[in-house]
Amino acid sequence: MFTPFLHILVFPGFLFLVFAGLIAEYIDRKLYARLQNRVGPPFFQPLADFIKLTSKEDIVPEEANPRMFKAMPIFALTATVTAIFYIPLWSPKALYSFNGDLIVVMYLLTIPTLTYFLGGWYSTSLYSKIGAVRSLTQLFAYEVPLLMCILAPALLANTWSLSEMASFYENHSGYWLFNIIGFAVAIVALLGKLEKVPFDIPEAETEIVAGTFTEYSGRLFGIFRLSLDIEAIVGSSLIASVYLPFGFHLKPLAGFLLYMGKVLSIIAIMSLSRSIFARLRIDQMINFCWKYLSPLAFLQILICLIAKWGLYR
Amino acid sequence: MTRPGKMIRLVVETFFKKPATTLYPFKKVEMPANFRGKIIFKPHLCIGCQMCMKDCPSGAIKITKLPNKKFECEISLAKCIYCAQCVDSCPKKALESTKEFELAVLDRKNLKAVFSDDTKETSPE
Amino acid sequence: MRKVVIPIGPQHPALKEPESFSVTLSGERIMAFSARLGYNHRGIEKACEERTYIQDVYLVERICGICSHAHSTAFVQAVEEIAGLSVPERALYIRTIIAELERIHSHLLWLGVAGHEIGFDTLLMYTWRDREVVMDILAELTGNRVNYGINTIGGVRRNIDASEISDILKAMDILEERTKYYIQLAKEETTLIKRLSCVGILSHEDALSLGAVGPTARASGIPRDTRKDDPYAAYDKLEFKVITDDHCDVYGRTLVRLGELMESYKMIRQALKEMPTGPISVKAPRKIPAGEAFSRYEAPRGEDVHYVKADGTDRPERVKVRAPTLANLQTVAKMLEDRQLADLPIVIAAIDPCFSCTDRLISLREPKKPDKTLAWEDLRAYSIEWYRARGIDFTKVNRKISRRN
Repeated sequence: MFTPFLHILVFPGFLFLVFAGLIAEYIDRKLYARLQNRVGPPFFQPLADFIKLTSKEDIVPEEANPRMFKAMPIFALTATVTAIFYIPLWSPKALYSFNGDLIVVMYLLTIPTLTYFLGGWYSTSLYSKIGAVRSLTQLFAYEVPLLMCILAPALLANTWSLSEMASFYENHSGYWLFNIIGFAVAIVALLGKLEKVPFDIPEAETEIVAGTFTEYSGRLFGIFRLSLDIEAIVGSSLIASVYLPFGFHLKPLAGFLLYMGKVLSIIAIMSLSRSIFARLRIDQMINFCWKYLSPLAFLQILICLIAKWGLYR
Repeated sequence: MTRPGKMIRLVVETFFKKPATTLYPFKKVEMPANFRGKIIFKPHLCIGCQMCMKDCPSGAIKITKLPNKKFECEISLAKCIYCAQCVDSCPKKALESTKEFELAVLDRKNLKAVFSDDTKETSPE
Repeated sequence: MRKVVIPIGPQHPALKEPESFSVTLSGERIMAFSARLGYNHRGIEKACEERTYIQDVYLVERICGICSHAHSTAFVQAVEEIAGLSVPERALYIRTIIAELERIHSHLLWLGVAGHEIGFDTLLMYTWRDREVVMDILAELTGNRVNYGINTIGGVRRNIDASEISDILKAMDILEERTKYYIQLAKEETTLIKRLSCVGILSHEDALSLGAVGPTARASGIPRDTRKDDPYAAYDKLEFKVITDDHCDVYGRTLVRLGELMESYKMIRQALKEMPTGPISVKAPRKIPAGEAFSRYEAPRGEDVHYVKADGTDRPERVKVRAPTLANLQTVAKMLEDRQLADLPIVIAAIDPCFSCTDRLISLREPKKPDKTLAWEDLRAYSIEWYRARGIDFTKVNRKISRRN
């Protein structure tokens, strides 16, 4: 009776994700700083930032719709936390699974972007509105390649459940090498999802202040930031379970460490790409996604179909 | 020929190098020897010509005559722009620049330095 | 989407100084652009008239933080011309060396700011790290990192000795190597080129008719450089090329500035080698004879102009400053025509604006009638009315103050 609550609230649910998210943010910031020849923040900086934000006053703009404005951060946080329950982390079986949970996870990971749009739109500031429209425009660019390249491994494994996919790749070791292109595409699309350079167009600081988050302050902003950190963890867990499906049979502790290693290395790859590119313009970003990313994702599907035909014949 | 991610080699190399920044307030920064920092005054050299007062662009320096043919100098650290023109103007080299630059204080009243004795500098505390 | 008017500034992360721009957008496209100056007016020209010449040197130096040497040299040159002083050769060389060091620090700073405006923060961190090399040299030579205070009327205040020369040469070698890397980066990195090329186009004809100066003009193919056209200090004895480019866009301006960095390293090496020995200043009179002078100086941002009128006392009668940003600001509206909002920060940054140098005047408009300016009495009446409407009455306080006086 209490175990589900424990799972949801403590491990691998909310509390674990909060800490993992803060650790991921620390590693991202520290790595980014070291790549830029800086010292970087101390290890408790993300937690200190979060505590500082929660202790500050929440300011709701006079013109904003208070209900929507306040609800959106909570929605973003809930959706990202829920998604983790369907992703196999260190055992081939996720906490909950059913045939089709892949689609549910993809949906749940889209919700934060929608909340950025709605939160920005309902805060009625001009900068927020432009940021909101930009984040929605961007969604249509990266979501298609992301979905396509996540579908490819599922086609090869012949299932729509992430847990069954994990056990398929566990039993057929080496098959995940077919999906290398998809792995690269998924990381680029995740950069867009997390609004990081070169795709941080919706919150481009020098153009529209902070985009969606311009009017957010205090606790609400803290929750938004936390949900972005958790989204980074959940998104990389998804990529790790789909594209790096090995080592699931290890002992719990070793398996957990391997899982953290996978997630943190994906985060490290993202920090590296964050440090070597300039921010693109929205038209260039959409061009890039449709001209290069989508065909690559399509190529991945083709590879998987051919591999499947060759292997099951 | 253009290629994306040109900087990747440099940033990865930099990762293994010592950072260029320092933990400043914990690790002090040393200024070069002839830095134009806080001005100090040597009362025994002063002849009271007040050239420094005339030339100071911000009116930060004040020389007053004490009874025993000595002079007292009061420098407002807030007004001073640290151009060290007074050091150049002084015919007897009674003023001197130092390397000291961390002059912020919590109380505005303490933002001045008074030199009336050769041995020590008194701050109004 | 209907049109929206977005305020960029007075406080905005893209601008490092308060200045107000308003942009009319249709979607992401810029339909109209207007600028309003005057947020940084400090009354420096007037303050100059109330101080002696030697005090003014330090005051005009503080017109700008980045090109402080430009303003102080331009002012000092004008005063020296009126007084008929012949500045020693060595002092001219030292002024030139500091000027070129300042250009290096300013251009490296610009490169970092440009990187930040297009979201390339790594470039910002690297160029500003390298800028510290030249800042340390400036601190060693002059005693301060920003307001060098090296100029005085009739020469310079500090000499350069042999150990400092070897430090400068060492720094030049480090910086030259790094600059070569940045040039390579600017020519190869795809995202950087995508964000910079074909953005903020200013054709050769527009640059001429709008009177662009400095790197902005040179990137449109106009070889306009005061150092060559009207040499001052020791520039007539140095060999250098005027770097021009015909990209006519922000990318061209980047290449011009990077090219100028390479020229500056060469010039500093040459100046250090050919610097004559001798005194570094001549004694200047306190009272400058009546007369007027006009002095030009090629600041890192373009041509800086000072006009000084003397009336025989120890204070100038009039000082007029025209900073390069004022000349270049006219081109921004042209460059932004039919561009996207995302290009706005980099286009404004590409002229390397320095708004506090530019602001020489502030004009107050009546809130309801924008074409009528407010005089002092109007402003006073307006403020009394404004506070009274909010329930604050200053009549008693005013009476108390006037009684005390």
